[in-house]
Amino acid sequence: MNWKAFAAMLARDAHVARRNAIQLFLQTFLQPLLFVFIFGRVMVGSGYLPAAYKSLLLPGIIAISMVFTGIWAVAMPLIAEFQWTREIEDRLLAPIGVAWIAIEKVIAGMLQALVAGLIVIPLAWLVLRPGVEISIGAPWTFAGVIVLVATFSACGGLALGCSINQQHIGLMFGMVITPMIFFGCTYYPWSALKTFPILQKAVLINPLVYASEGLRATLVPQFPHLSIKVVLMALLLFDLVLLVVGLRQFEKKAVS
Amino acid sequence: MAVGVRTQDLRKVYSTAPPLGAAGLFIARADAKGGKQPKTQIPALDGLSLDILPGEIFGLLGPNGAGKSTTIGVLTTRVRPTSGQAWIGEHDVWKEQTRVKHLIGVVPQRPNLDFSLTAREILIFHAAYFGIGSKQRNERADALLARFKLTERANQMVRGFSGGMMQRLSIARAMMHDPQVLFLDEPSAGLDPQTRILLWEIIREYHQTGRTVLLTTHNMEEADTVCQRLAIIDHGHVIALGTPARLKASIPGGFLLRLRFGNQTADLLQRLQLLAGVREVRAADSTGADVYADRGGSLIPEIASLAANSGAELSDVHISEPSLENLFLHHTGRSLRD
Ligand SMILES: Nc1ncnc2c1ncn2[C@@H]1O[C@H](COP(=O)(O)OP(=O)(O)OP(=O)(O)O)[C@@H](O)[C@H]1O
Ligand SMILES: [Mg+2]
Repeated sequence: MNWKAFAAMLARDAHVARRNAIQLFLQTFLQPLLFVFIFGRVMVGSGYLPAAYKSLLLPGIIAISMVFTGIWAVAMPLIAEFQWTREIEDRLLAPIGVAWIAIEKVIAGMLQALVAGLIVIPLAWLVLRPGVEISIGAPWTFAGVIVLVATFSACGGLALGCSINQQHIGLMFGMVITPMIFFGCTYYPWSALKTFPILQKAVLINPLVYASEGLRATLVPQFPHLSIKVVLMALLLFDLVLLVVGLRQFEKKAVS
Repeated sequence: MAVGVRTQDLRKVYSTAPPLGAAGLFIARADAKGGKQPKTQIPALDGLSLDILPGEIFGLLGPNGAGKSTTIGVLTTRVRPTSGQAWIGEHDVWKEQTRVKHLIGVVPQRPNLDFSLTAREILIFHAAYFGIGSKQRNERADALLARFKLTERANQMVRGFSGGMMQRLSIARAMMHDPQVLFLDEPSAGLDPQTRILLWEIIREYHQTGRTVLLTTHNMEEADTVCQRLAIIDHGHVIALGTPARLKASIPGGFLLRLRFGNQTADLLQRLQLLAGVREVRAADSTGADVYADRGGSLIPEIASLAANSGAELSDVHISEPSLENLFLHHTGRSLRD
């Protein structure tokens, strides 16, 4: 393991992220904030939704922002770099094991997802105020959840980015990302699905469910949520599986 | 201590999956009869063995698809060989990849510059990947940018660079960490004549410091003037090897006369063979012949009258002097430019 090369690659990614900061910012936060505004302010303010919905919505919005930032931050550059610009080749030729290059991408993606999560909380709170009741009763559990969520998003980005062709990006959004959001218990708690028992079981294969429910459990425990133990175990499992799959796909792509 | 490069009996077969969807569903249906389309197997290297001496400038010459880039890919950890072995110095490329990557610098055939960075940042980050300290990498970057005449563009994004500028930057990047072995895959493609000469100068200079250089080219002049030894490869194996001078001397006679007749007969070819100074005659498709001979222009009157006598009118003549191009034609039956 070559720490110098690893650190230099992280520095490169940080440099590029800083250069594209405004674009990244809009890309990450515009959509969730519009959503927060329409559902949390307009719908609640006009009485179509109960006031408590504001607090219920917030964890889901954080989950979406984090997960999509992580996936996007890792998958999109990988797809472009492997196929068009081939610019990853310069790093593949750096004196470091190929798997570490993938791990560097995952760490960079995780950091971006964490930053996204930590920024969207106050932003959404500002938009929703007053009437949001969030409380971090167990800060360590909360930290554990967001780190696991960030890891899963970055590992998912790695696995997707190394499995998908550039011409299938649209398909990826239609077939993977959109259903994931809508069946991810982001805009409603998992318990709300109890009138659809089959669907309620089926959505459990969606890792976003655990992200939303985990954040709900740690930020707004007053609402029904999955048990935190189940959430942590499931997130850990998804992290590991996606990391292993992602690394394998990456190594396959890296060498012809 | 300079580092050599060696390969032994390299084979590489690429297998590529058929394109998803479209072809499988609509076009190939008729002949594939619904069966699963097999992967296409493309043999690229077929028992390629090379021994490049430490501190040598070595050239790989060959037509498109001969396997030059694949050879470089195998030697630079980018293409896993199907069988065979490759070494940089005493390190097995596929067992000690990280060690090997320390020793090599690579200029790929297709540009792969980091489009999110400026020219200078590309060099700086590259050096950082190789653990070079910040003072040294700034100095080296400035020196190389100046050497490749890119100083004015140093702080611009490479997205807007011309093809030749990207190529220059790619070469500068490969030299940033001062590698023991420099691989250049068609380095002069897309360079203007002056820049090409500058590049040759830089390669020679680099070589003077005891470095090994392996380059591929389609340019005869480049092979002739820059390389100390050459391997001509075709269909994934070496078909001729030696110094440019020795390779040229191996062409029978040296002169090549490419003839074209109105209509040609086997009899005519035999009689050409008997002319004084003719070493070898080869039929080239149905109306032409390639004559390798010791002399050039002075043969033409004799050939013309021979042709007239046998009723095959001579319609076109092209004489070339001893060159690598002829050598290539001699070995493969194909011109490099075909
Ligand atoms: N990634 C790949 N996948 C499938 N086939 C490949 C791949 N790369 C090369 N090939 C095939 O391998 C053969 C050798 O290609 P290679 O790129 O080594 O040739 P080359 O000598 O560098 O040619 P050129 O002068 O055009 O650069 C060709 O038939 C090519 O189609
Ligand atoms: Mg090539």
